[in-house]
Amino acid sequence: MASGEVKLIGSWASVFVMRARIALHLKFISYEFLQETYGSKSELLLKSNPVHKKMPVLIHSDKPVCESNIIVQYIDDVWNSSGPSILPSHPYDRAIARFWAAYIDDKWFISLRSILTAQGEEETKAFIAQVEERTELLEKAFIDCSKGKLFFNGDHIGYLDIALGSFLGWLRVVELDANHKFLDETKTPSLTKWAERFCNDPAVKPIMPEITKLAEFARKLFPKPQG
Amino acid sequence: MNQEEQVKLFGLWGSPFSKRVEMVLKLKGIPYDYIEEDVYGNKSPMLLKYNPIHKKVPVLVHGGKSIAESLVIVEYIEETWKTTSHAILPQDPYERAMARFWAKYVDDKVMLTLWKACWAPETEREKEMKEAYECLKCLEKELGDKSFFGGETIGFVDIAADFIGYWLGIVQEASGVTIMTADKFPKLHRWSEDFVGNNFIKEVLPPKQKLVAVFKAQFGGGATSK
Repeated sequence: MASGEVKLIGSWASVFVMRARIALHLKFISYEFLQETYGSKSELLLKSNPVHKKMPVLIHSDKPVCESNIIVQYIDDVWNSSGPSILPSHPYDRAIARFWAAYIDDKWFISLRSILTAQGEEETKAFIAQVEERTELLEKAFIDCSKGKLFFNGDHIGYLDIALGSFLGWLRVVELDANHKFLDETKTPSLTKWAERFCNDPAVKPIMPEITKLAEFARKLFPKPQG
Repeated sequence: MNQEEQVKLFGLWGSPFSKRVEMVLKLKGIPYDYIEEDVYGNKSPMLLKYNPIHKKVPVLVHGGKSIAESLVIVEYIEETWKTTSHAILPQDPYERAMARFWAKYVDDKVMLTLWKACWAPETEREKEMKEAYECLKCLEKELGDKSFFGGETIGFVDIAADFIGYWLGIVQEASGVTIMTADKFPKLHRWSEDFVGNNFIKEVLPPKQKLVAVFKAQFGGGATSK
C-alpha cells in the first residue's frame, strides 16, 4: 500500500495544498508536484476531483484523494511506519484535534478571508474583531492541546499544527493589509512562539511562500475597489 | 477513558446531527444516558460547560470529557469502541478517505442545498432545485448498486446522510416541494427505505408527524417569500 507513485495537484500559494505537502514531507515521501496555472483548471484536476474541481488532489497509484484534511489523514494512515505520527494516538486527543481543525476552516478562516473582501471601514473593523476573538480561542486551544510541549501535537508537528500553520503566510498578508497584528507576544504569546517554531520546521520551511510574493498574489485575487 | 466509563449524550429530539450519534451508539450496542437539551429555548449550564465554543448539540461526554461536532463524535466512538461489532469506517486507508470525503460532501454541501431548495422563495426555487438535483445525482452515482454507501452494512456515509434518508421526506411534506422521488433517484430511494428500515436506526428516529408540524410552524408553507 505504501509503495506506488505519488502526485499532488496544487499551487504554491494554496493553504490547503500546503497541508498535503507538509504531511508528505513529514513522512519523507517523494512526489511529483503538478502546479495548476492560476485562472484555469487542468484536465487532470477536473478528472480527479469531478465533485469540487478544486485542489489539492493527491494521486496515489492512480487513485485520487481530495480535501486537504482528509489527504493528511490518508498520508498518516498509509505511511504509518514512516516519520512521526501526524494524528495524536489517543482517540480523545484525535477528536479534539479534529474539532479544532474544523473550527479553523469553518469559523476562523472564514472571518480572516472576510477581512480581504470587506466593503468599507466598518465591515473591516467588525471582521478584525471577530478574528481577534477567534484567535484568542486558538491560543487557549494551543495551551490545552500542547500540554506544555512545543506543538499542538506535542513534540512534533501534527494534524492540528498543519491545519492552522498552513495559514501563517496568508495570516501575515492579512495583517499587513489590515494594518493589524493578530499574533503578538502580548495577546497570543504561546501561538506567536509556536508560529515561529512551525515556520522553521524542516518540513515547512522550504514550502512556506514568501510573504511579498503572496501579498502580490493576494492583490490579484482580492482587488481593492478604486478611489 | 476506557469503554466502561459512563457515556452521556446531550441531544435534540429532532436533529439529524444529534441522531447520527445515537444511531452509532445503538449500532454498536453502547449504553448511554441521554439528556434532551432545549437548544432553542434555555441551554443548560451543562451544555454551555461541555460545548462552550459552539453551544450546540450533540455533545458526547465520556468519562467526564466532552466531544462536540457529530462526525467528530462518530469517529471518536469508532476509535474508542474498537472491539464491538459493526465497524462504521472501512479498514483500508483509501476506502476510509473516500468515506470521509463523501460524508463531508453531504455535511458541507448537500444538506444545506436540499434544505434551501425546499424553503426557497418562488423566485429562487429553480436555481436551488437545479443545485439540489446535481447533489442527489452525485450521490445516486456514488451509491451505485451497493446496499448502503458503506457497502453491505450501514457505514460512515450512511450515518452522515441520515437527513437524506429520513428528514428529507418530512421536509418535502412540510414544504410541499418534491425533490427526491423514486423515479428520479431510484437507488437513493431504495437506500432510504432500507436505511430507515434498519432496526437500530428505526429505534432512534424522531416521530414523523411531530417533525412535520414543527417544520411547518417554523418555516412556513414554502411558497411564501421571506
